[in-house]
Amino acid sequence: MLIDFFLHLKAAKLPVSTKEFLTLLEGLQARVIDHSLDDFYFLARATLVKDETNYDKYDRAFAAYFKGVTEIPGLEAEIPEDWLKLMMQKHLTAEEKAKLEKLGWDKLMEKLKERLEEQKGRHQGGSKWIGSGGSSPFGNGGFHPEGIRIGGKSAGNRTAIKVWEQREFKNLDDSVELGTRNIKVALRRLRRFAREGAAEEFDLEGTIRGTAQNAGWLDILMRPERHNKVKVLLFLDIGGSMDDHVRLCEEMFSAAKSEFKHLEYFYFHNCIYDYVWRDNHRRHSERFPLADVMHKYGDDYKLILVGDATMSPYEILQPGGSVEYMNAESGATCLARLLQKYPKSVWLNPEPERLWEYRHSIQILRDIMGTRMYPLSLEGLERAMRQLNK
Amino acid sequence: MRFEGSTNYVATPDLKLAVNAAIALERPLLIKGEPGTGKTMLAEEVAAALGLPLMQWHIKSTTKAQQGLYEYDAVSRLRDSQLGGVDGGRVHDISNYIVKGVLWQAFEADEQTIILIDEIDKADIEFPNDLLRELDRMEFYVYETRQLIKARRRPLVFITSNNEKELPDAFLRRCFFHYIKFPDKETMQSIVDVHFPGLKQSLLKEALQVFFELRDVPGLKKKPSTSELLDWLKLLLAEDIPPEALRSQDRKVSVPPLHGALLKNEQDVHLFERLVFMARNNR
Ligand SMILES: Nc1ncnc2c1ncn2[C@@H]1O[C@H](COP(=O)(O)OP(=O)(O)OP(=O)(O)O)[C@@H](O)[C@H]1O
Ligand SMILES: [Mg+2]
Repeated sequence: MLIDFFLHLKAAKLPVSTKEFLTLLEGLQARVIDHSLDDFYFLARATLVKDETNYDKYDRAFAAYFKGVTEIPGLEAEIPEDWLKLMMQKHLTAEEKAKLEKLGWDKLMEKLKERLEEQKGRHQGGSKWIGSGGSSPFGNGGFHPEGIRIGGKSAGNRTAIKVWEQREFKNLDDSVELGTRNIKVALRRLRRFAREGAAEEFDLEGTIRGTAQNAGWLDILMRPERHNKVKVLLFLDIGGSMDDHVRLCEEMFSAAKSEFKHLEYFYFHNCIYDYVWRDNHRRHSERFPLADVMHKYGDDYKLILVGDATMSPYEILQPGGSVEYMNAESGATCLARLLQKYPKSVWLNPEPERLWEYRHSIQILRDIMGTRMYPLSLEGLERAMRQLNK
Repeated sequence: MRFEGSTNYVATPDLKLAVNAAIALERPLLIKGEPGTGKTMLAEEVAAALGLPLMQWHIKSTTKAQQGLYEYDAVSRLRDSQLGGVDGGRVHDISNYIVKGVLWQAFEADEQTIILIDEIDKADIEFPNDLLRELDRMEFYVYETRQLIKARRRPLVFITSNNEKELPDAFLRRCFFHYIKFPDKETMQSIVDVHFPGLKQSLLKEALQVFFELRDVPGLKKKPSTSELLDWLKLLLAEDIPPEALRSQDRKVSVPPLHGALLKNEQDVHLFERLVFMARNNR
C-alpha cells in the first residue's frame, strides 16, 4: 500500500506530512499520471518534497523502497526496461550473469514478461518472486509481479530512474558540511536568526494611514525594526585541523556581521582556558583574560563556540592540561563558568556527527554543553540557531 | 486541461508533470531554481498555452499580503473630506476608496485565471503566512465594506522563489513544489533552438561548449545563465562570428569573443582573463 511508501519516507527522515500524503492520493485519483513509475517518482516528489536540499534524500529513499519491494503502491505501474536491467545486474551472482549473457537481454525480458503473465493468471497474491525456484535465469531478481507491466517505453532518455540512481541533487543536501557552495544558504539562515531578535520601531507610513483612518486622531503604529538586536560572542578554536573550518566560519559570520547588532570574536586553542585572544598573530603578546571578556559583554550575548572538540580528555579535565601553557584551572571549569554567564550558548562542531560517540573528548564537552553541540552543517546550524532563539 | 509545453518554452517532463498536478488539483505550484531558468516565463507560457488570462503580482521587499487583496486609500479619503467641495457624496461611500489588488481581480473574473506571484522570497518572512487562508479557500473578507469576496473559479497560482528566504512549512504543505534544475546540454540545445531556429549546428555546438566550460570555472561570482547564453548568441550572430573562432585553435587557450555578454561582473571577467592567461603560459 501507498501508506508504506509514505512511512518509508518518514523513516528516512524526510519531513513529509499527512496533508501532503493526502494530496498525493488525490493526485493519483485525479489521474494526473498513468502507470509509469517515472511519473510516480515525479508526482510524489512534487507533492511531498518541498525543498531541493531534500531531493537527494528522497532519491535514496525512493531507490531503497523500490529496490526491495517493487510493488507500485496502489497503481499499476510500468517499470522502465533499463532500470530492470540495472537492478538485475546488481542482484545477480557472477554465475547468473554468465547465464544471462548467453541468453541475451531481449530474450530475458521476453521470458520475464511471460513469467509475469503466468503469474497474473494464477492470482497468486503478491508474495511470489519471479523465478525464485532457482532454475530461471532471473535468480533472485526480486520483483513483485503483481500489477506491474514491464518493458514499457521510458520517457526519452531522461527517465526518472536515472535521476534517482545518479543522485543528481546530492550537492544540494543540507546535512553535508559547510563549504563555499552552501555558505550563501548558511548566511541566509544566520540572517533569519538575526532578524528574529528584531524589536519594534516607529512606523511613519502606518501611522499616517492609521491616523487618516481614525478620522484625524493620532494613531501611532510600530513595526518590527529592520535592524536587529542580536548580540553574538563567537569563540573559534584555531590551530591545526581547525584552520579551514575557522576560515569558513569567520567568512560566514563576518559576511553576516552587518546583520548583528554586535558580533565579537575571540580565538582559543582546543579548549577554553583562562584567557583568549583576538589576533592570531599576536596570540602570545595580546591576551584577553576570560574574566575580562565576561565582565565586558553582558549576559544578553549569545555564545557560539566553534571547535572540533578533539583532544586528549586530560586537556579538558586537568589543571595544567593545556598543551600550550600551564593553566591553573581545568578547561572544564573555565568553560562551565563561561556557560553559566551566557545561558544562551551552543557549540558547533565540524566533525561529522556520527563520529562523536567514538571520541571521548567530544562526549565530555558535549556533556558540559548540556548536549547543545551541533554539527557544522546547514541543518546543524539551523538547529543551533533555533536553540539560541529559544 | 493539460499543459504539454509550448513552442516558445522548453519544459522537461518532470516540470510538465508538476504543472499538470497543480492544474488538476487546483493547488499553487511553487517554482524554485537558479536565476534565468525560466521560472517567471513558465507562468506566462502556461497561461498562453491554456488560453487563460495572466494576473501578475511582482513582489518587492516592501510588498504586503494585504496589497494583493485590496487597499483602503484612507489618505485620499481624508484629503477629499478636508477639501470638501468636489463631490461630497463620494467621501461618504467608503467603497470609492477601496483599491482592488491582484487576487481580488482574479477572484471576480468570469473565467479561470492564472496568478503569478513572482519572487515571493523578496517579501517579509510573514508574507506567505498572511496569504495561507486566501490561497486555500480562495476567498477573503473586506472589513470596510463588509463584503466576502470569493473566487468564481479557483485561479491557478504560480509562485516563484529565488531562495533568498525560506518559506514557512504551513505554506509549503499547501503547494506543489518543483525545482528547475539548471538545463543540461541537451535541454539547453532545445532552448536555444526555440530562440534561434535554424542556427548553424556547428556554431551552437561550439557555443554550448564554451558556455558550459565557463560555468565550470571555479570562483565565479555569477555563473552565466540561460539569458546570458541567449544574449551572447544574439551578438555572435549579429557580428557574424564563425564557429571556428570559438574553438581554441591548435590547443591554444583563448578568451571567447564577446565574452562580456556572458560574464556581467567585472571581477568575474578579470578572474576569467587571468585564468586564461595562466593556462596559456603553462603550455
Ligand atoms: N525552458 C526555457 N525555454 C525557453 N526559454 C527559456 C527557458 N528558460 C529560460 N529561457 C530564457 O531565459 C529567459 C529568462 O527566463 P526567466 O526570466 O523566466 O527566468 P527566471 O527563472 O524567472 O529568472 P530570475 O530568477 O532571474 O527571475 C527567458 O526570457 C527566456 O528567454
Ligand atoms: Mg523571474
